[in-house]
Amino acid sequence: MFNVIKKLTSFIAMVAVLFAFTTEAMAKKSKTLKNTQKKGFVRCGVSQGLPGFSNADASGNWTGVDVDVCRAVAAAVLGDANKVKFTPLSAKERFTALTSGEIDILSRNTTWTLSRDADIGLTFVGVNFYDGQGFMVRKNSGITSVNQFKNGISACTNIGTTTELNMRDFFNSRGISYEPVAFEKADEVVAAYDAGRCDTYTTDKSGLAAQRTKMKNPDEHMVLPETISKEPLGPVVRQGDAVWEDIVRWSLNTMIEAEEYGITSSNADSMKTSDNPAIKRLVGAEGELGAAFGLDNDWSLRIIKQVGNYGESYKRNIADPGILPDRGPNQLWTKGGILYVPPAR
Amino acid sequence: MNNKIKKILPQIITLLFVVGVFGFFTFNAQTNMDNRGIDFGFGFLTQESSFDVQFSLIEYSGSHSYARAYLVGLLNTLLVSFISIIFCTILGVIFGVARLSPNYLIRNSAAWYVEFFRNIPLLLQIFFWYYAALRALPVPEKAGPWFGVTYMTIKGYYIPSFIWTNLDIFLYSILAVIISIVIISAYAKKLQENEGKQIPVFFISLGIIFVLPALTFFIGGVSLNFEIPVLKQLSKTSYVFDGGIGLPPELIALVLALSLYTSTFVAECVRAGIQGIGKGQKEAAASIGLTPNQILKLVVMPQALRIIIPPTTNQYLNLTKNSSLAAAIAYPDLVLVFAGTALMQTGKAIEIVSITMLTYLSISLAIAAIMNWYNKKIEIKEK
Repeated sequence: MFNVIKKLTSFIAMVAVLFAFTTEAMAKKSKTLKNTQKKGFVRCGVSQGLPGFSNADASGNWTGVDVDVCRAVAAAVLGDANKVKFTPLSAKERFTALTSGEIDILSRNTTWTLSRDADIGLTFVGVNFYDGQGFMVRKNSGITSVNQFKNGISACTNIGTTTELNMRDFFNSRGISYEPVAFEKADEVVAAYDAGRCDTYTTDKSGLAAQRTKMKNPDEHMVLPETISKEPLGPVVRQGDAVWEDIVRWSLNTMIEAEEYGITSSNADSMKTSDNPAIKRLVGAEGELGAAFGLDNDWSLRIIKQVGNYGESYKRNIADPGILPDRGPNQLWTKGGILYVPPAR
Repeated sequence: MNNKIKKILPQIITLLFVVGVFGFFTFNAQTNMDNRGIDFGFGFLTQESSFDVQFSLIEYSGSHSYARAYLVGLLNTLLVSFISIIFCTILGVIFGVARLSPNYLIRNSAAWYVEFFRNIPLLLQIFFWYYAALRALPVPEKAGPWFGVTYMTIKGYYIPSFIWTNLDIFLYSILAVIISIVIISAYAKKLQENEGKQIPVFFISLGIIFVLPALTFFIGGVSLNFEIPVLKQLSKTSYVFDGGIGLPPELIALVLALSLYTSTFVAECVRAGIQGIGKGQKEAAASIGLTPNQILKLVVMPQALRIIIPPTTNQYLNLTKNSSLAAAIAYPDLVLVFAGTALMQTGKAIEIVSITMLTYLSISLAIAAIMNWYNKKIEIKEK
């Protein structure tokens, strides 16, 4: 009989442990902010290494415009832009990691599409980079336009991306037969293309520009001028936590609007005495904007001071390393681009 | 009474526990999916997949359904497993026997082979073949022909394709060959049991195999042409082979890695099987005047197979499951096509992962069933 009791207790203990591990998953989802504050860091999903967007250096410091979105949220809700735990994810893993609660923000050059937004339990909060799909070829191939592609061309790309779908639409509409070679990791795609496995490498143009810097000899490759799709890239959150969604959205918007009003990380403090009420609201000197999210009034000031405005982030991560010096559409609407965010008031 | 409770109670508790755990996870998944607005259902299988696959055994393009994409992945998994199982068995038997060779050089080379390929993780071996070995191959325009008409290039191995006329007649002749060989061997066995006469079954069979299909070419109207791959220019510096059959390098790397790795385990099974037969058996067989060939065929192998088959079945199952590592090198198997691209495009994680798991389970059970049937056939029959 003693044996039975022993077995019983061990079963009960196992069940108890199991429940302890899963109660967190069962908690109400409006608690992302609360959990983040309790943990003391923002859980952020990024790429496995895309220079300019999310890339770790040798000592494990992450930089990039996608990384800066997570840093902005950390600055807003925790007061410190460095309190972020980055999880590198492949294109295939990213959405499952987010919906299963492993991360709270997915900021990983992810294209906003209808089916992703509506179908799989995700919410896109905005666009931090307007992109489009392009092709990279070897310069010595003599190809200068996608019109020169011929039947039998092999194209390397990532699986689980919109790229795979756009590529099919593109080649099909032109009646070109092609061999798609799809890898799970971006580094594998680059290695395969670089070795001559494929004639062309296709992904978002920003990605092509960034990956080109990783090639054995970047000067031997060029990105073709044509853009075959719209790829608005932006941060994503889980569906069902409206407050968290707003925090992430407005953290990004704050960075863009700060650039619009000329507020930078160095002049943010002095802007508190500005005559412009819009600027004063943005640096927390007027109004109670933070209260709407359950944050203090300096949340936006911290973002600007610790991370900088969008222009600073772009310059630091994308323009200065020479990835895409020209901002193209990712310029403020006031300067001929399409960056236009709703007013913070 | 007390004893009865002692026996039954733990079983009831275990059952309740298992049901409870499954129920809990189902409930948990359901509430979480409801909260996040994710639907559960298999309706997506009939939708247009709208992505292409590099290599497929059946007609497939993005305008086909997700169910068809599943089939493409499944067939590719079966293809790579089937080829690798054949190669690993051949290699395994050769090296297993070689490890018992009286020749020092052969014995030790075989031992080195086994220890080397067995002790390096499979994923590394796959990477080695794909990223190191096959990357060293020439680009198409620089590839010299192998055996005259095949070309090994970094973009794949190009072989001529067969163009048949009246293929069905040829296939019927093959069927006739198989049936007649079965009849002849049955007749030969009966003849030996009843009258003690032996007829050269092997040579007769060999004759039939060559003569019958050859006849169809002369009188059956069967003819065979080859389409030889031809170099085609894509741009100023890049070429590709057109025509014929192109085996992707991903398939070749995967078959190489899987068969070399698994063959070492099969070799050990074979060695164990042969060593498991007592020396006395061979000596007894020799003493009644059997030749060494007959000893191997009639005394050693039938007993050794009983030892070899069950662990080798495990290796076949392992190989099939290991083929899912294909995703690492872009070979479009079930995991890459269905649990990869299709999952990403639909977001139906739970549905697709369950289907994939059930599929691997079914493949494994099918292989196990075949091997168990074979094992039953050769095991000791008490008379």
